[in-house]
Amino acid sequence: MTFLLRRLAFYVFTAWAALTINFFIPRMIPGDPVKSLISRFQGQLSTDALHSLYVLFGLDSDDSLWDQYVDYWRQLAHGDLGLSFTAFPSPVSEVIGDALPWTLALVGVTTAVSFLLGTGLGVLAGWRRGSWVDGLLPVTTFLSSVPYFWLGLVAIAVLAGPGSFFPSSGGYEPGLVPALDTIFLGSAVQHSLLPAATILISSMSGWILSMRNMMVTVAAEDYITVAHAKGLPERRVAVSYAARNALLPNVAGFALSLGLIVGGTLLVEIVFSYPGLGFLLFRAVSAKDYPLMQGIFLVITLSVLVANLLADVAYLFLDPRTRKEG
Amino acid sequence: MSEPVLEIRRLSVDYGLGDSAVRAVRDVDLTLHRGEVLGLAGESGSGKSTLAYGLTRLLPPPGVISGGEVVYHPVDGPPVDVLTLSPTQLRAFRWAETSIVFQGAMNSLNPVHKVSTQLMDVIRAHQPGLGRPARLARARELLRLVGISADRLDSYPHQLSGGMRQRVMIGMALALEPQVVIMDEPTTALDVVMQRQILSQLAELRERLGFAVLFITHDLSLLVEFSDRIAIMYGGRIVEQAPAAQLYGAALHPYTDGLLHSFPALRGPRRELTGIPGAPPDLRAMPDGCAFHPRCPRAFAPCDSRLPRLGPPADAPDRAVACWLHPAPEAATR
Repeated sequence: MTFLLRRLAFYVFTAWAALTINFFIPRMIPGDPVKSLISRFQGQLSTDALHSLYVLFGLDSDDSLWDQYVDYWRQLAHGDLGLSFTAFPSPVSEVIGDALPWTLALVGVTTAVSFLLGTGLGVLAGWRRGSWVDGLLPVTTFLSSVPYFWLGLVAIAVLAGPGSFFPSSGGYEPGLVPALDTIFLGSAVQHSLLPAATILISSMSGWILSMRNMMVTVAAEDYITVAHAKGLPERRVAVSYAARNALLPNVAGFALSLGLIVGGTLLVEIVFSYPGLGFLLFRAVSAKDYPLMQGIFLVITLSVLVANLLADVAYLFLDPRTRKEG
Repeated sequence: MSEPVLEIRRLSVDYGLGDSAVRAVRDVDLTLHRGEVLGLAGESGSGKSTLAYGLTRLLPPPGVISGGEVVYHPVDGPPVDVLTLSPTQLRAFRWAETSIVFQGAMNSLNPVHKVSTQLMDVIRAHQPGLGRPARLARARELLRLVGISADRLDSYPHQLSGGMRQRVMIGMALALEPQVVIMDEPTTALDVVMQRQILSQLAELRERLGFAVLFITHDLSLLVEFSDRIAIMYGGRIVEQAPAAQLYGAALHPYTDGLLHSFPALRGPRRELTGIPGAPPDLRAMPDGCAFHPRCPRAFAPCDSRLPRLGPPADAPDRAVACWLHPAPEAATR
C-alpha cells in the first residue's frame, strides 16, 4: 500500500510538471493567437473587437506571469481549456470531447485485441516451438516492419473505392446524425474496419515476438522442469507456470501502449481521415490552433500517466515480488 | 540386501543426433534398492545429472535416450519400463512414484504462486478426488514434516530463504509418498550449516517414511556419511560401486582414490591432499580403453587400448569396479 501511495505521489508530481510546461511553452512561442485570428479575418475587425479578443484569450497583459499561472490552474480545475481558433468559438474541451470517443473506441479496442491475440499466439509459438505458429513469425515480422500508415494507404488503394464495402475515409456515413442507434453504430463499425485492421496487423507481431521469446526464456527455468517432473497436466504447466511468468514484461508494455492510444496512431487517423484525436491534432497543428494543441497535449500527457499507473497496479497484482510488506 | 526398486540397465544418453551426437551417459547399469540411499558422485560433466534427467525422461532437448531401460518396481503390481510409458502414464508415474529435488534451490519454485498453491497443485493433479480442505491439510502436514511453520503456506518463494525453499522442495517431493526420491545436488547452493541441517532431516525422514534416495553430488565427503552405497561416475560410465564404508576405507579405482584425496577427512588421522591431475575427458573425443587412463597415476599396458568392464573383483564380491588393476574374474573387453 505504501508502495502504491509513493507511486501515486510520483505521478501527481509528474502531472504537475507536465501541466506547468504545458503552460509555459505557448508563452515562449513568438507571436500570439490574436494576430493569427486577425490574419484569418483579413483585417475586418474593429479595434473594440480586437481588444475583446485579447481579453477573451487572456492576453490583456496587465496580469503578471504568476497571476496567469494561477488563473491557468483555476481554469484547468473547471475543465476550461480555452477557446479553439479553428472551431471558434467552441471551447477546446468540447472539441476534444467530440474526438476522444472515436480514438478510444478505434485504437483502444484494437490495442486490446492486438495484445490479447498477439500474446495468445506468442504463448503457443513459444510453448510448441516448431509448430505451425512458428511459420507465422516471419510473416508478422515483415508486416510489423512496414509503417502502418503505408499499410493503411495500400489498404485504401486496394480495398476501398467506389462501390466497395470499405469506406476510404471518415468515421461514419456523411449524412447520418451521431446517435446510439443501430444504423449509426453499424456505419461507424464499417468505417473503422480498415483502420482497425491496419493497426492490428502492424502492432500484433510485436506482441507475438516478445511473448514467444519470453516463453522460450521461461521454459528453460528450473521451476518449469519441476512442474514437468511433478506430472502436472501440460496445460497447467504452460499456462500457470510458463505463460504466467512470461506475461510480466508484456503487461508493462501493454500499459505503455495504452498510454499511446490517444496520440500514437495519429498517422492512421490522418490516412483514413478518421474523426479522432490524432486527426484533430493534425488539423490543429496545420491551423496553428495553439489552445487546441495545448489541450490535446494535455490529454496525451495525462493518459500516458494514467496508463503508467495502471501498469504499476497490474504489476502489483501479477508479481508478488513487487509487493513489499509495510 | 532388499529387493530392487529402480533398475537402470545399459542406459545411454546422447546430446544431439547423428554424427555430432555426444554420448554423456554410456551403458550405465545401476540398481537402487528399496529404502536405501545410493550416492552418485563424480566430477562436473561426468554425466551424473544427465543420468538423473534421463531416467525420469526430463532431458531438455537436444538430450536423447539412445538405449537401455529403466525398470521401476511398484510396491504392488508388475515392474514397468519408465522409458516406454505413454505420456499419460508418464504423467501419472512422475512424482507419485519418483520425485526429484533439483539443484537450483533458488529457482525451483514458481515465483508468482504461493507455496501452498505449489504444494497443492501436485496433489490435485495426482489425486483429483481430494477436496481443497484435505489438500490444504496435507500441504500443512508436509511443511511440518520439513520443519517449517504452517503460516508459511501463504508465503511467496521470494519471502523464503534458500534453505527454506529447499526444505519446501523436499516436502513437496514427499507429497505423494513416492518410493524413490532423486536428489540432484540438493544442498550445493546452500551454506554448510544449512546443508547439514537439511541432510540430517532428510536422513530422519527416510528412516520414518522408508523411501529410497538416489543422491547425486560432486561432494564425496558428504556421501561417505550419508549414503549406504556409493557409485562413482567418470566420463559417462560407472567406474566403481561399493558400500560407503568400504569405498571410503579402500578405494579400488584410482579415480575414486583421487576423489577421496581431494578433500580433508573430518575425523581420523590426517591425510595428504593430492587431488587429481589433468582435466575431465572431452566427451566428443573419449580416449580409447579406460577413459581415465590419461590422468591415471597407475595406468599400465591394457589401459589405453581395452575397456575394463564393471564387475566384482575376485576378492570383494559385493562391490564392483571397472579397472584393470582389479579385473573381474570373467573380464572381457568390448
